Amino acid sequence: MAEHGGCCPPMDLFRSEPMHLVQVIIPIESARLTVSYLGDIGLIQFKDLNAEKSPFQRTYAGQIKRCAELARKLRFFKDQMSKADVKPSAKSDAKAEFNLDELEVKLGELEAELTEINGNSEKLQRSYNELVEYKLVLQKAGEFFKEAQSRAAAQQTEVSSQQAAEESLETPLLKDQESTADQGKQVKLGFLTGLVPKGRSMAFERILFRATRGNVFLRQSSVDEAVIDPNSGEKVEKNVFVVFFSGERAKSKILKICEAFGANRYPFAEDLGKQAQMITEVSGRISELKTTIDAGLLHRANLLETIGNQYEQWSELVRKEKSIYHTLNMLSIDVTKKCLVAEGWSPIFATQQIQDALQQATVDSKSQVGAIFQVLHTKELPPTYFRTNKFTESFQTIVDAYGVAKYQEANPGVYTVVTFPFLFAVMFGDWGHGICILLATLFLIFREKKYSSQKLGDIMEMTFGGRYVILLMALFSIYTGLIYNEFFSVPFELFSPSAYACRDAACSEATTIGLIKARDTYPFGVDPAWHGSRSELPFLNSLKMKMSILLGVAQMNLGIILSFFNALYFRNPVNVWFQFIPQMIFLNGLFGYLSLLIIVKWCTGSQADLYHVMIYMFLSPTDDLGENQLFPNQKTVQLVLLLLSLIAVPWMLLPKPFILKAQHNRTHQGQSYTPLEGTEDSLQVEAGHDAHGHGEFEFSEVFVHQLIHTIEFVLGAVSNTASYLRLWALSLAHSELSTVFYEKVLLLAWGYNNIIILIVGIIVFIFATVGVLLVMETLSAFLHALRLHWVEFQNKFYEGDGYKFAPFSFALLSDEDE
Amino acid sequence: MYGFEAMTFNIHGGYLEAIVRGHRSGLLTAADYNNLCQCETLDDIKMHLTATEYGPYLQNEPSPLHTTTIVEKCTLKLVDEYKHMLCQATEPLSTFLEYITYGHMIDNVVLIVTGTLHERDVQELLEKCHPLGMFDSIATLAVAQNMRELYRLVLVDTPLAPYFSECITSEDLDDMNIEIMRNTLYKAYLEDFYRFCQKLGGATAEIMSDLLAFEADRRAVNITINSIGTELTRDDRRKLYSSFGLLYPYGHEELAVCEDIDQVRGVMEKYPPYQSTFSKLSYGESQMLDKAFYEEEVKRLCLSFEQQFHYGVFFAYMRLREQEIRNLMWISECVAQNQKSRVHDSVVFIF
Repeated sequence: MAEHGGCCPPMDLFRSEPMHLVQVIIPIESARLTVSYLGDIGLIQFKDLNAEKSPFQRTYAGQIKRCAELARKLRFFKDQMSKADVKPSAKSDAKAEFNLDELEVKLGELEAELTEINGNSEKLQRSYNELVEYKLVLQKAGEFFKEAQSRAAAQQTEVSSQQAAEESLETPLLKDQESTADQGKQVKLGFLTGLVPKGRSMAFERILFRATRGNVFLRQSSVDEAVIDPNSGEKVEKNVFVVFFSGERAKSKILKICEAFGANRYPFAEDLGKQAQMITEVSGRISELKTTIDAGLLHRANLLETIGNQYEQWSELVRKEKSIYHTLNMLSIDVTKKCLVAEGWSPIFATQQIQDALQQATVDSKSQVGAIFQVLHTKELPPTYFRTNKFTESFQTIVDAYGVAKYQEANPGVYTVVTFPFLFAVMFGDWGHGICILLATLFLIFREKKYSSQKLGDIMEMTFGGRYVILLMALFSIYTGLIYNEFFSVPFELFSPSAYACRDAACSEATTIGLIKARDTYPFGVDPAWHGSRSELPFLNSLKMKMSILLGVAQMNLGIILSFFNALYFRNPVNVWFQFIPQMIFLNGLFGYLSLLIIVKWCTGSQADLYHVMIYMFLSPTDDLGENQLFPNQKTVQLVLLLLSLIAVPWMLLPKPFILKAQHNRTHQGQSYTPLEGTEDSLQVEAGHDAHGHGEFEFSEVFVHQLIHTIEFVLGAVSNTASYLRLWALSLAHSELSTVFYEKVLLLAWGYNNIIILIVGIIVFIFATVGVLLVMETLSAFLHALRLHWVEFQNKFYEGDGYKFAPFSFALLSDEDE
Repeated sequence: MYGFEAMTFNIHGGYLEAIVRGHRSGLLTAADYNNLCQCETLDDIKMHLTATEYGPYLQNEPSPLHTTTIVEKCTLKLVDEYKHMLCQATEPLSTFLEYITYGHMIDNVVLIVTGTLHERDVQELLEKCHPLGMFDSIATLAVAQNMRELYRLVLVDTPLAPYFSECITSEDLDDMNIEIMRNTLYKAYLEDFYRFCQKLGGATAEIMSDLLAFEADRRAVNITINSIGTELTRDDRRKLYSSFGLLYPYGHEELAVCEDIDQVRGVMEKYPPYQSTFSKLSYGESQMLDKAFYEEEVKRLCLSFEQQFHYGVFFAYMRLREQEIRNLMWISECVAQNQKSRVHDSVVFIF
């Protein structure tokens, strides 16, 4: 098939690239470098020759594990950097090339250093946090004690004054004893101080109360700012508590409870002097620690900075290496373990490039034996590869979304570039809306460089990806908008004044009654005088409906002609004679004729009723046409066309299965005579694929298949033509909607002569226009255009059962990852 | 309203059911297990698991791995999923989801109490607890000296409190007591869960009663087997059986008097659903019984996914994931200790 390309100009997008299956035998010492060079070219799709092996049974599983480990280290660095707010510098100065071993050592060292620094600073941070907590405890608990003391002192004075007052009569003796006894007990009271997380303080108090049967006294006071917990390192709101208890058992219980609640305890001196001393001491140590920690942090930031400088480079290297080893794992290793055998698809044009790369790799790796490159013959279907650019890519995506073209099948993507935006525009004809969309997409296109490098949201990504589709859609809708003379449903006299004028002063604007033709026909598109007139709808409907049918028949014919090109290309005369020709006759005999009638009617201005003509062409073809006759001998022409169409149906249905059967029988018979034709190299490859090449020929299956095909085409010719009427329907809906928004919102608000109502009206109008017309209508017209392409157009010729060429390429790697 | 769940279930439960079914399709398959069983080192296991849903949890673990790390990370994934579902759930699903964790809570309580009894460090014990069964004051359990204190101090705040009503004694804690406490709690828990599911009605009740009945029966058999040869009296033993399930009440009468494993077998073989389980075991063997029960359980849990519009799938998913983690733990242990010949002994394939 490759030689076929010689006679015609290259058809880059029309036929997918010619591919061949290549085998490369690579000496094991240059394998890595070779694959790496091939990855730079990115034009080979390697086949997995070890599919039956699980990932860790493969040859290079160890290396992949190493890469995964390196990637983990890099993720650790990235994590650390993002915590420390260090940005990896994008594409720093390309410094010395690392190889994997060096990188492994380097990263190991850096990781160890970083973890050590982290460990140290964590320790420091911990003691720092402890000190901060301690200081808080000292301050808060000190307040408790001071308060208590002052209150106690107040009580004391009260008591003593009472005593002084009451000394005379009532028994001072007993009271004295009591108070001394009290003091005696107080001495035995122990207390603990510390901090407990605020969220758990209630539960803490409850449990303390229960555990000691209420024999505790707990004071809590909340700390205003969140404290960093020394154990977890998280910011927590905490309460300072002082708990008084009596007895050793209670103490051990309280200690356990404190531990359970994560309450950190700190020693506390009762003596006020000591407290003050402690506070100053602790403050001193805090400031000391602070400087140490800062120094540590600075060191760490420096380290991260150096890592950040090379981070991108390293991670790219690791990604590349990993993909290289993944690829190497797909190659089968020779029994002697001296070379690797790779098989893969590559486009024929890349052969020279690949061979150069292989040579380069051999030289660079100082291998004594070069890699061997050979082409294998196979009957397997090669992958489909279209060389698209950023403009055609999105159109190709539209086609691929339906199904990837079979290898070298005619690609509807070529036509889609024009027909898709055009059909869209037929439904979305409004040059005002078109300009809005044009501006939006131009914005995207001008900022293309910026957007393509960054990650966008889901919807934004889709819009951005289809920016060139949208650009063409906008341009075409400006064009159709000019034809429809629609601008937010305001009529414009752009090209010349309207051809019609009032006969007298009495004629109103809203009707065509009283309008006479005063000038030449409006030169381009619909005359603005139609707008708002009573006969606007009947006129436009008739115009758009007929136009839809013309467009539809044209596009379906294109589809059938493409099936002819396919049949020619794949040398399949059966399809030409028994599929393409009867299909052409059938479609054009009925709907091609209808299109002809439409054009004739437009040109001659005849009053004939086309419905009537078409219906009675079937019901009573021999009747006289009467006033519906458009041209002489119309009846005879119709009879001939009808007969041809009737003949076309069995023509499509019957011969093809029988011919296929005969062909099959012939090849089968022939097979027993043919000598062994395969040469040595093709033999081994073909052996595996021979089986499904000559499967059983099931006549009934082929026949039923052809029957379905025929029925589908015959019914489809009617229903698909009808389906194109959506062009008219959506266009009508669009113009009616924009009329509603214009008249019922904008003009209505205008009529009130009130500035506020006007502003509200304008806002509603803008939102309705953007939301409903520009977004939703675009979407719906897009989907309908999509359907017309996928179903009505592509079912005429497109198989779409190929698979996409997925080469091993470093360029594709980076956006795949993350 | 039985049979009409389809009308209203999706209002509140639809999203979560979709989530849980999505999670279920992430469970490891037989092919995964086959690959895992071929692993030579823990790193191989990690490499394989990073290609599954466990990927994000394991990929950042530095290389000398331990079994505990793998299990911990896998459990973390389960816990994250559970928490997500709990956050999204509304009544009564949220209560249902909480019920699922009570079993772990009981286990944790028992773990801490036995641990402190044997004077282990509380922190160390806490690390061993199942994260699904954690509650705020769990560490305070160490303070308690007897059941009454245990209840009064700590458990009164937890959802387990009502289950305690049957086992408040002032006896000091010892191993036997604790084991009895565990089973009493579990019995009360299962009965409560069962009642709750019955109250929910519909397909949930139907499916959950089947699953819980199996759970109850399995516990009954285990209690019987474990108490053979101990000083537990027959009446005490019978008190530990849950009051529902296929064996209730006649099977319990018979189990209560069993004196060896073959008698248990005799009792169980009268019940058709358990016949197949027991017929797989050779006489006098109780080692493989656990595995047989696990297999039976997994089968039933998987079946619950065949029906829609009920809460049983949440229970089933949690259980299946736990089984998977047990499998992973076993495989990792076998690999770590070079006992690869035993790797198939206790792995229960889920699909």
